[in-house]
Amino acid sequence: MWWYAARRILQTIPVILGSTLLIYALVFLRPGDPIRAIFGDKPVSDSVIEQVRAQYNFDQPFLLQWLLFLKGAITLDFGQSFTGRDVSDLVAEAFPVTIKLALMALVIEAVLGIVAGTIAGLRKGKLFDSTMLVTSLLVIAVPIFVFGFVMQLIFGVKLGWFPPTVGGNTSFYNLLLPAIVLALVSFAYIVRLTRTSVAGNLTADHVRTARAKGLSEGVVVRRHVLRNSLIPTVTFLGADLGALMAGAIVTEGIFNIPGIGNLAFNAIKRGETPTIVSVVTIMVLVYVLTSLIVDLLYAWLDPRIRYA
Amino acid sequence: MPKPTLPGQERYVAPIDETPLAAVDSVQVDEAPASQWKEAWKQLRKNPMFWVSSVLLTILTIIIIAPGLFTNADPRFCELSNSLGPAEAGHPFGFDKQGCDVWARTLYGARASVAVGVLTTLVVALLGGLTGALAGFKGGLSDTFISRVSDIFFAIPLLLAAIVCLSAVNNWFPDRGFWGGVLAVVAALGLFGWPQITRIMRGSVLEVKNYEFVDAARAIGASNQRNLWRHIVPNAISPVIVTSTVSLGIFIVAEATLSFLGLGLPFSVVSWGNDISSAQELVRSGTSLNVMFVPVTALVLTVLSFILLGDSVRDALDPKARKR
Amino acid sequence: MRLSRRTRLGGVALLAAIGLTLSACGGGGGDDDNESSSSTDAVITARTTEPQNPLVPQATNEVGGGNVIDLLYAGLITYKDDGSQELEVAESITSDDNLTWTVKLKDWTFSDGTPVTAKSFVDAWNYGALSTNAQNASYFYYPIKGYEAVQEENPTVKTMEGLKVVDDKTFTIELNQPESDFPLRLGYSAYYPLPESAYADMKAYGEAPVGNGPYKLDAWEHNKELRLVPNGEYDGARKPQNGGVTFVVYTDTDAAYTDVQAGNLDVLDTVPDSALQTFQDDDSVQAITAPGSVLGAFQFPSDLPGFTGEAGALRRKAVSMALNREELTEKLFFGTRTPASDFSAPPMPGWTDEIPGNEVLEFNADEAKKLWAEAEAIEPWGDKKLLIATNTDGAGNKASVDAMSNQIKNTLGIDAEPKYYATFDEFLDDRDNNKTGALFRAGWQPDYPSISNYLGPIYGTGAASNDGNYSNPEFDAALTKAAGATSDEDRYQDFVDAQAILMEDMPGLPMWYTDGTGAAATGVENVKFNWQGVPIYQNITK
Repeated sequence: MWWYAARRILQTIPVILGSTLLIYALVFLRPGDPIRAIFGDKPVSDSVIEQVRAQYNFDQPFLLQWLLFLKGAITLDFGQSFTGRDVSDLVAEAFPVTIKLALMALVIEAVLGIVAGTIAGLRKGKLFDSTMLVTSLLVIAVPIFVFGFVMQLIFGVKLGWFPPTVGGNTSFYNLLLPAIVLALVSFAYIVRLTRTSVAGNLTADHVRTARAKGLSEGVVVRRHVLRNSLIPTVTFLGADLGALMAGAIVTEGIFNIPGIGNLAFNAIKRGETPTIVSVVTIMVLVYVLTSLIVDLLYAWLDPRIRYA
Repeated sequence: MPKPTLPGQERYVAPIDETPLAAVDSVQVDEAPASQWKEAWKQLRKNPMFWVSSVLLTILTIIIIAPGLFTNADPRFCELSNSLGPAEAGHPFGFDKQGCDVWARTLYGARASVAVGVLTTLVVALLGGLTGALAGFKGGLSDTFISRVSDIFFAIPLLLAAIVCLSAVNNWFPDRGFWGGVLAVVAALGLFGWPQITRIMRGSVLEVKNYEFVDAARAIGASNQRNLWRHIVPNAISPVIVTSTVSLGIFIVAEATLSFLGLGLPFSVVSWGNDISSAQELVRSGTSLNVMFVPVTALVLTVLSFILLGDSVRDALDPKARKR
Repeated sequence: MRLSRRTRLGGVALLAAIGLTLSACGGGGGDDDNESSSSTDAVITARTTEPQNPLVPQATNEVGGGNVIDLLYAGLITYKDDGSQELEVAESITSDDNLTWTVKLKDWTFSDGTPVTAKSFVDAWNYGALSTNAQNASYFYYPIKGYEAVQEENPTVKTMEGLKVVDDKTFTIELNQPESDFPLRLGYSAYYPLPESAYADMKAYGEAPVGNGPYKLDAWEHNKELRLVPNGEYDGARKPQNGGVTFVVYTDTDAAYTDVQAGNLDVLDTVPDSALQTFQDDDSVQAITAPGSVLGAFQFPSDLPGFTGEAGALRRKAVSMALNREELTEKLFFGTRTPASDFSAPPMPGWTDEIPGNEVLEFNADEAKKLWAEAEAIEPWGDKKLLIATNTDGAGNKASVDAMSNQIKNTLGIDAEPKYYATFDEFLDDRDNNKTGALFRAGWQPDYPSISNYLGPIYGTGAASNDGNYSNPEFDAALTKAAGATSDEDRYQDFVDAQAILMEDMPGLPMWYTDGTGAAATGVENVKFNWQGVPIYQNITK
């Protein structure tokens, strides 16, 4: 298994090379002139623009830009943002908050989603199942901004249970409300996935065998139904961590959380390659790592799945 | 001759009197009874959920084909003086901020939104399903390659790719019309949506391919390909269906994000996503919530009908559920 | 074990919750005490965006950094609330010919105790103008003689020849051409001084600047907050009335508004779109509005098909009169924008709403149709489509072009449609290179309070921001006349004459003046906006 894991981690290298190259190509093809836009509506002379362009290697062909980035990255120099700050600093500030928020959301959606999904699956077609279906539908159809706003208004402003915004104080408690909002959409997926698998597995032969052996319903559900039903859920969760990190743009905005999502969002809007590339590199690491963890979990959930 | 496990029976061997299918003692028979797909259709027809979703989808189809049957208002005629106006004769749900008829826009928006949702879901399910099945089934180098490419697509921000690709489309085809606009959005969302399905399908196939009945089928000489299509895919596809039906709604909403930036559907194309996202700023004032309520309800009903359809298809494909 | 840990966590959360409510109450109580006699040491919290540049005046050209810079530095002059000028560091600024200006300085020190001298100003401006320093504000020195030379790609001279230090307290500025209202420019941040110590390591300086303004920087936690405390060395007109200003960084104004409602933030300088409808009736905040100096406008490219020649002139007027500005500002922005009646903005000295010909900015469907029909007789429009271009990433941009398209369509019966740009830089690029093929959005925020700043840079022949490439020698002549005017009255009249020419030509469509809209928490006092729509932070108390 260790050899398997090591090989998987080594595969990160080509993935990072591929994705960063792709980013440089995309930014190169991106319409507009990011350097000109630094000066806003106001005029600026060409000589100053050229100066700044050279400062960010924007005057080079994108292949060379990419190579220069790699060269810097080896020495942990990820370049500078248009604000003149080291991208490594920007990422180092935003990353801890983001990973905390995303992990909290992941735990919330996993726990609530699996519990609700299991109950819905066990009572397929009953009231609870229908309630969960309606909840999922609402979560899908109503914009996340609306949920975030309403929860912020009720729990943050009216009841005062939570601080309405997070700002600089990113404690566990302060991040709880945003984590719940962030978890909502994925919750819909997990409930649906778990419910379907549980309902399907209830009639499986090994479950019947377990029941026949006289095991209590609780034990049957936990050991035999759930464990076998979790593969799709775990797969989804594994891919979701990255999405929660990079995709928290709206939630970060509503609750004023200085995270990776908005860092990347603004960098993309500005065409700030060093920041985009650095964030994407981190996201690649997250995705490769989570997919490894998921694969290892498969083997634990279903011992018949083996890896060479 | 030892009796092989039948695909319809899965992992336990029932007493022969409980299995009328026992008559078919070879999986190599090409005809109907061994085919899960045909059996599924039979089951589907018996399921009330299927009929509920069919009725909803029929209504939706009528709206898509002829939205004008249900309103006389023009969804593209917007008078600012009507801005956020209340319901009145001929305008049952009032007006949005631009002074357009909310009801008419919801009816006419169905076409683009459902097109985006359904087409993207199909693209993603096909692309993701195929690559996932391949990765899970073949393993080894194919798995490595497919999985790592999907990692790259996961990590590339959709927004950046959309800005690049859709701006290019905008510049090359400024007048790309309805289908041009829809297809561009479908392509952008599809390009970045498939890895999720790939992973789900791969995990599912990894699980199913170790089931006894698959081994059994292999043991009696079913070819790899036949095994994949006949036995593994039908048993592994359930999570893909579930994910896809949820994603269908998500894609309809995601179109709004692109359109909001001016990258999505052309201005002349009405869509729910666009209307929902422009209405969200009204939430703070707490007034004129009808502007959001109507398209959200339409979206909820659409996703509901597809989820019910997905559920009934899934149940039909699952032999165990049939017995209940 | 696991259970007990979980309970403990729950306990901590509960404690934290109680703690929070308690401290909130405590804070509230404290505020109440202060309310009766608002304390001068209360620290005010205000919303900002993360400064996009080091805190060097010459490097700063955006609001997030600009608000902070204006409090950290003092220039030769400062602007009073109404936009009129008041000497700050300067003792006097005089000229006989509007061409060479002599500046004498008061005794003044930087917050580190070093004196502010003529050299502090001259060196800072030269630093800002030199192309190799690539400062964002480099353009602002263009009126000074010798600017072109230091702006070359490989400049052979490093200083502008128009700037001469006479002695420690005196320097002279020679301009390229006479400019009667030149001193008005000198309150802009590009003209702030820098201490000697800055040049050794400008990057480090930008993180911990030493200024000469009412406040000094205590700490800058990136993307979180900037803490400003009163500068004890400061003895100017903008004396702080509070114990400091802490700028809290927000990426989203919606979040900031909610914090004001909850009492977590004292001052918000921009009300989000979602609250425009309600903020004036919102009991949980104090609403602040003030006439703004930002002009919302659109420009016609001079070669836009169908809008050239004689027919084009008629059509430009027709389009202008087809737009109902009253309705746009009321329905889309709930009266927080004011229909434009000229090409500048009301807070400008010398502003008047009686520009000859400005009825062309009023909605008149019949007249619009008539003008359009006249144009049709000269040159048929055919099946062309009028596009209205904007970037979508600014507040209200999309809604306004959507509504404008609808109004034009409904009034003139022609095909009109928005053309969206997803990013500002793509929009800017097309605008600069005349590739929009559309009536394009061109808002204008003035750099200094003068009508000339609205006219010359945008509509002067070959001017830097004249992206529509408008050119009319009569208009240019009127502006030159204004620049040489010897009295304010003459100058203001010249601006009226110049604008009358624009009303006739309609090279662009002034749409609305964007009012300053803000919100303050209850209990916060003396929140007022200056002519730029920026809160006057040093006067705020609570």
